Amino acid sequence: MAGVGKAHLRSENESLLRVDNLVVEYKNNSGGAVRAVSDVSFDIVAGETVAVVGESGCGKSTLAKGVMQLLPTVSGTVILNGADLTKLKGEELRRARPNIQMIFQDSISSLDPHLKVRALVEQPLKVWGRGTDDERREKVDELLRSVNLDPEIVGDRKPTEFSGGQCQRISIARALSLEPQVLVCDEPVSSLDVSIQSQILNIIQDMKKRYGLSLLFISHDLSVVRAISDRIIVMYLGKVCEVSTPDKLASAPAHHYTHALVSAVPVPDPKLGRRKAILQGEPPSPTNPPSGCRFRTRCPAATDECAAEEPQLREVSPGQFVACHHPRG
Amino acid sequence: MSEVFSLVDLKVRFDTKRGALNAVRGATLHVAAGECLGVVGESGSGKTVMWRAAMGLLRGKRVTREGSVILDGTELLTMTAKEVRQLWGTKIAMVFQDPMTALNPVRRIGSQFSEALIKRLGMSKDEAAARTLELLKLVRMPEPEKLVRKYPHQLSGGMRQRVMIAMAIACNPKVLLADEPTTALDVTVQAQILDLLSDLREKLGMAMVIVTHDLGIVAGHSDRIAVMYAGEVVELATTAELFANTRMPYTEALLNSIPKLTDTSTSRMRAIPGSPPDPVSIAAGCFFAPRCSYATDRCRTEHPELVDGGDGHLYRCFFPLGKGA
Repeated sequence: MAGVGKAHLRSENESLLRVDNLVVEYKNNSGGAVRAVSDVSFDIVAGETVAVVGESGCGKSTLAKGVMQLLPTVSGTVILNGADLTKLKGEELRRARPNIQMIFQDSISSLDPHLKVRALVEQPLKVWGRGTDDERREKVDELLRSVNLDPEIVGDRKPTEFSGGQCQRISIARALSLEPQVLVCDEPVSSLDVSIQSQILNIIQDMKKRYGLSLLFISHDLSVVRAISDRIIVMYLGKVCEVSTPDKLASAPAHHYTHALVSAVPVPDPKLGRRKAILQGEPPSPTNPPSGCRFRTRCPAATDECAAEEPQLREVSPGQFVACHHPRG
Repeated sequence: MSEVFSLVDLKVRFDTKRGALNAVRGATLHVAAGECLGVVGESGSGKTVMWRAAMGLLRGKRVTREGSVILDGTELLTMTAKEVRQLWGTKIAMVFQDPMTALNPVRRIGSQFSEALIKRLGMSKDEAAARTLELLKLVRMPEPEKLVRKYPHQLSGGMRQRVMIAMAIACNPKVLLADEPTTALDVTVQAQILDLLSDLREKLGMAMVIVTHDLGIVAGHSDRIAVMYAGEVVELATTAELFANTRMPYTEALLNSIPKLTDTSTSRMRAIPGSPPDPVSIAAGCFFAPRCSYATDRCRTEHPELVDGGDGHLYRCFFPLGKGA
């Protein structure tokens, strides 16, 4: 995959959040750097859900943290409301944060175990001095009710008394207390049981409508992403390989990696029989990525061109962009 | 059907501070030679506890096991820990979800691998080393000669799981228990590991039990499926029958709640309301009744037995789906 290019970006005045050529690196022990996110660009228009999918180590969570300014970025810009978050420092950055909030995979450990649920949800409002005590209490109750928790029952209990699904609802209420424009969800349902997973996804969808949110949804689960997104970005070794619509992703993946990923998803239908794994081996190390297209070492269609030249993202059908010299179909 | 592994009315109870926790409430399951049984359930359904107790991994003062577990004609529940150990590897082996904690972090792969071969099969060191390489090749491990010199932390999750599988099949067990073997792995690696397990089962003629929370995994790889809820088997049928003629409302709800890649709508997901019951203070009646959209007063007061619908399809419901009123 390996793709660079910006064919998939919408016009600047259309987008709410726009990320251009973002690079995020981790230092390693030998003094070098691992480029976890390498020249990634994408945008989100208001009210849209953009999902980033990929396997462990593809850089999807690092991308989310880079966007949130939770990790230092090496280069590139993250523009929200006309301001470049990567250039903001200290108080300026703090003032921009209420507009972009995040929920995490492990909801239990992301909530302070010593605080009661009401205090947890109220904390962001208190920090920002929003409303009087009574107004805040009302707002907290409303938020808890909107995630299907009864404030009278849960309000004075602590996170340790709740299940993973309930804690994720508390995190959602907390993240939405400041009425952000963008909610970044990093694998929000990955550690939950299937029957609870769909409850949380429904709540996220309801909240999106109710508060007019835009979502950046990070997940490894193609089926989940297929169900809730408007636009899907597939990443491999720190680069974007395909940008697609949910329907196209499932029915006509253009990148060979996307195709392999889609066909590896277990389908609960025995009539389809046993499908052979297409992709063998595992991704190469990001410390020393292959030249040209990063997927070429495992790609069934790789040629010399793929080693020599890095493919650019280009539109292959409406709303579907692929960074591949020899796309499928 | 020649059964190699049978659980008969197996009950597992833990004594906890809050009271007796009935993790498994009388499960009867038979595994025939060479077949693959899928066991599906959510966290806390008792699926893992059941097999661990059956294998003799769970024992102690606060664990009560009742019923019968018969492996290749031998009763396991009355055996001492030492006696059961003799069967591990040769008769039954297990692959766990987390291969990192199952491997010794301070010993090289080769040395911990050959230990089992030397101790159990009485091989010499050289024989064991040669057999180790053979087994690692069998699980399609690239460059096994280099691998045996490595430590577990130097391997990826998928490679560690291959090592675990190779160790599990080292002594040709009759039954391989795989407990969430791919849950910690990426989807492409998961597909490779599932392929490998199915191929090995055919090649070696083992029976296999795959324990998982993912119906998608067992759909493509098992012959029969048991669905568990709150410590009970609630439905048991051949894989094709279970999916084509789902009888148990819980199974239907579970299937409906999973987002599928083949779905076209981006509408709301059909979630199962509520959460699984607390195993210490479980209500009378059908355990699924509080979350079941078909529940009646009878379901809330009377506990349904596992019944045979007449075609070997077992379910635990007064009003099975597709059977009329």
